Amino acid sequence: MSNKDVEIMENIYSENDRIAERIQKSLHEQGIYAINVMGAPGVGKTSSLIKLIKGLNGVKAYVIEGDIESDIDTKKLKALDIETVQINTGGACHLDGILIENTLNDLGLNEPGVLFIENIGNLVCPAEFNIGENCKMLITTVAEGDDKPYKYPLAFEKAAIILLNKIDLLPYLDFDMDYYIRGIRVLNPNAPIIKVSAKTGAGFDEVCEWIQSRM
Amino acid sequence: MHEYPLTKQLVKIVVDAAKSHNAAKVSAVRLVLGESSGIIPDSVGMYFDMIAAGTPAEGAKLEIRTVKAEMHCPRCRKDFPRPRFSFACPDCGTLGSPKSLGDEFYVESVLLETEEEEE
Ligand SMILES: Nc1nc2c(ncn2[C@@H]2O[C@H](COP(=O)(O)OP(=O)(O)OP(=O)(O)O)[C@@H](O)[C@H]2O)c(=O)[nH]1
Ligand SMILES: [Mg+2]
Ligand SMILES: [Zn+2]
Repeated sequence: MSNKDVEIMENIYSENDRIAERIQKSLHEQGIYAINVMGAPGVGKTSSLIKLIKGLNGVKAYVIEGDIESDIDTKKLKALDIETVQINTGGACHLDGILIENTLNDLGLNEPGVLFIENIGNLVCPAEFNIGENCKMLITTVAEGDDKPYKYPLAFEKAAIILLNKIDLLPYLDFDMDYYIRGIRVLNPNAPIIKVSAKTGAGFDEVCEWIQSRM
Repeated sequence: MHEYPLTKQLVKIVVDAAKSHNAAKVSAVRLVLGESSGIIPDSVGMYFDMIAAGTPAEGAKLEIRTVKAEMHCPRCRKDFPRPRFSFACPDCGTLGSPKSLGDEFYVESVLLETEEEEE
């Protein structure tokens, strides 16, 4: 018997990344631009999707809803005639490549457009798993507090665009905008930070323009 | 939070390495884990023993090297460990930029037990 040292240097996420690449390639061939929508529970992911899909007038939109349990959000979207499929992870804290790959068949993407994937409400784990998206959109809110970039850096680092939602609530809160933006800029110098309210609709025109410029 | 599926992936990488080198047993696994990766080392260790049971990785010693999240101060031109809730340089207060986010999670190497080849 002898011992042999073998260099591996393999990332634990590499298998998931391979699946994500496969998904991205297939979506690209179908003319689909995919956005991975991340954010803590209740930040307004579903409410923002509704505003965005309305604002992206004329662009075919699809949604994959990720939730640990329930199809409440899917029912809401379907009631607005938005093509949606639900994934229930039954406890898992994030979506991963294989879940999305298995779900895409159910969605029947039959024309080019935009696919929003609403990730599990969680500011930590979703940022670690690629799911075949073109970009990650992070939704945060003034209600969660201005220190979130410092406490949950990875999600801010990975986002291509950051929405600061619920700005209609700003008068009721002590939210230090400078502190919040400074924290993001250290991690992510370029992502647009757009102030929005899914209640009043403010700011979503700009987000829609950004999406259309990338498609 | 999601150590179980990731540890399964870890064991798969290690067992695949053993197979491709015709090794019957893995004696050690060297894992690099960032401090801010959200992965809890003890939890990986617990699942590792569970998942590796019955595979060539059973009983392998899991050596985990943790990597700190580091920032670089553009003014002092030096690296400093990221303070909690702040990115400011402890010496001059300038905001640093991330050098390593401490989000590493990879297998560096494995120690394999192989039959000595007959010359
Ligand atoms: N005042 C205010 N309320 C908002 C805004 N956006 C969303 N909400 C409310 O916040 C709550 C959560 O909104 P959702 O859109 O369900 O949030 P979500 O992120 O999809 O939530 P989960 O899927 O459960 O994680 C609802 O009661 C919304 O009406 C906003 O801009 N302003
Ligand atoms: Mg929702
Ligand atoms: Zn300094």
